[in-house]
Amino acid sequence: MTFFYLAILFWILAWALNIWLSSLSSFGFARTLAPILFGVSIVILWESSVHAFNVSFVILPAPSQVFVTFFTSLNILWIDFVQTFLKGALSGFLIGCSSAILIALLVDRFNFLERGLLPIGNLLSAMPIIGTAPILVAWFGFDWHSKAAVVVAMVFFPMLINTVQGIKLSDRLYQDLMNTYSSSYFQTLIKLRLPAAMPFIFNGLKICSTLSLIGAIVAEFFGSPIKGMGFRISTEAGRFALDMVWAEIIVAAITGTLFYGVIALLEKIITHWHPSQRGRVN
Amino acid sequence: MSKFIKEKLFPILTVSVSIILLWYAFSIVLNSKWAYDKAVRADKVLSFKELVLDTWSQKKPKLPTPHQVFKEMNKTIFHKKVTSKRSLVFHAWITLSGTLAGFALGTGLGIALALAIVHNRATDLSVMPWVITSQTIPILALAPMLIVALGGLGFTGLLPKAIISMYLSFFPVVVGMVKGLRSPEILELDQMKTWNASALQILLRLRLPKSIPFLFTSLKLGIAASVVGTIVGELPVGANGGLGSRMLAGSTFGQPIQIWSALFTAAIMTALLILIINLMKAVVFRTMSITEA
Repeated sequence: MTFFYLAILFWILAWALNIWLSSLSSFGFARTLAPILFGVSIVILWESSVHAFNVSFVILPAPSQVFVTFFTSLNILWIDFVQTFLKGALSGFLIGCSSAILIALLVDRFNFLERGLLPIGNLLSAMPIIGTAPILVAWFGFDWHSKAAVVVAMVFFPMLINTVQGIKLSDRLYQDLMNTYSSSYFQTLIKLRLPAAMPFIFNGLKICSTLSLIGAIVAEFFGSPIKGMGFRISTEAGRFALDMVWAEIIVAAITGTLFYGVIALLEKIITHWHPSQRGRVN
Repeated sequence: MSKFIKEKLFPILTVSVSIILLWYAFSIVLNSKWAYDKAVRADKVLSFKELVLDTWSQKKPKLPTPHQVFKEMNKTIFHKKVTSKRSLVFHAWITLSGTLAGFALGTGLGIALALAIVHNRATDLSVMPWVITSQTIPILALAPMLIVALGGLGFTGLLPKAIISMYLSFFPVVVGMVKGLRSPEILELDQMKTWNASALQILLRLRLPKSIPFLFTSLKLGIAASVVGTIVGELPVGANGGLGSRMLAGSTFGQPIQIWSALFTAAIMTALLILIINLMKAVVFRTMSITEA
């Protein structure tokens, strides 16, 4: 119990420190430290409450147990990671996003498609597309192909809508300028409109990065070879081996965050000219 | 009116009709193998007409045709007692209640977090990055575990599903509301200060009214996410009902028509929920005389 009170004390101290940090005039350092302090105090509070209240292992394992399992079963986790992320999610993400960008170019080129396809795309992007998972698993089999198919179905419409929105956006003035240069459709597209659409395309890619992991994991609940993160989570949860489930969740969290981070980094490099990337004015 | 037909209705209808035609074509392609296998076993040669008719009326097709799905939906929605486990209304109601509970919790949590973030710098600095990180984590992966864990605590039924759907729906609300509550301009805030308005008065008379358009955009995203969360939350439970468990049962017992009709019901439900939010938005915008930008 004393440990638990110490944890509470730590939380309060960390929070006080955060308040002090946020009152500082220079933010760069506080911006990284404050969330880390918050995260650390949550983990400490979790660990201590598990011990203090004798929380059953079946309900919530202590973070220390999870970390031990994480490091002792790295090889299983790696196999699952390859199966679910590299094979299922990533290939589906690449196929889905690239085809959505291509279709978006068509939609932009033909006004009729924009009027007809876009409202339907808008509607479909709000639909629970994940429900197609059992169907696609039945079509493409248990291996990663069906997971990639689910991911394609999930990322296609959000990506399409974001890209079309972005391509439409480029300033009338710039387009007129391109016209006075008598540039062709493709020249305008490549030199003006695609670059101008980049912030929107990256926004879509960011949304899709999370969707693709979710799609690949959930599709595995409907059938999978005996590996994969979704498979492991559902079977280990069934056996009440919650430390393993949490270890998979850590993998999923790290993967998701890194995936998002890589896309954000690419965005920073490619759209360095955009106001949102030129440093915040606060 | 004729402009509406020419520029909106006609393109949408054309695309929808071509999607349906493509669908029928694909059902022929995907279901033909089974039709041919059957014909070989019966020592028959199928004419094209027989092939088409067979692929459009199989009991367990790879891709059921739209009319098969609608027939099943008609049967299970209008011609079954709503209390029956075979009624889609029964399952849709279970999913709907989970969705609404999760949506309400998520919206409440989202608005509360947004208020804390806007009014407290420390919360902004320490919690906001985690809110964003929370969405890069494929949380749906947590669903089966949460349901096992909460089941162990004695919570079954609505609550575990609602928690998952809350987790998915709170994010758009936080992000939208933080944006919305910060949308008043410096000029307007300064004006409030010259009137010696307290933080609460600024909140009630300036920030909240200004955030309403943002709120409705977030609500639309949130409700769609809520439906997804609830359906996925129903996958591991299996027997307890709901559209998600209906899909899982259809997948386990090889009933594609059942999966498709559950999927369509979920889609119609989502569309109706979004429609309701749009109506609410129209009413609120009119009473508050907000014009859409």
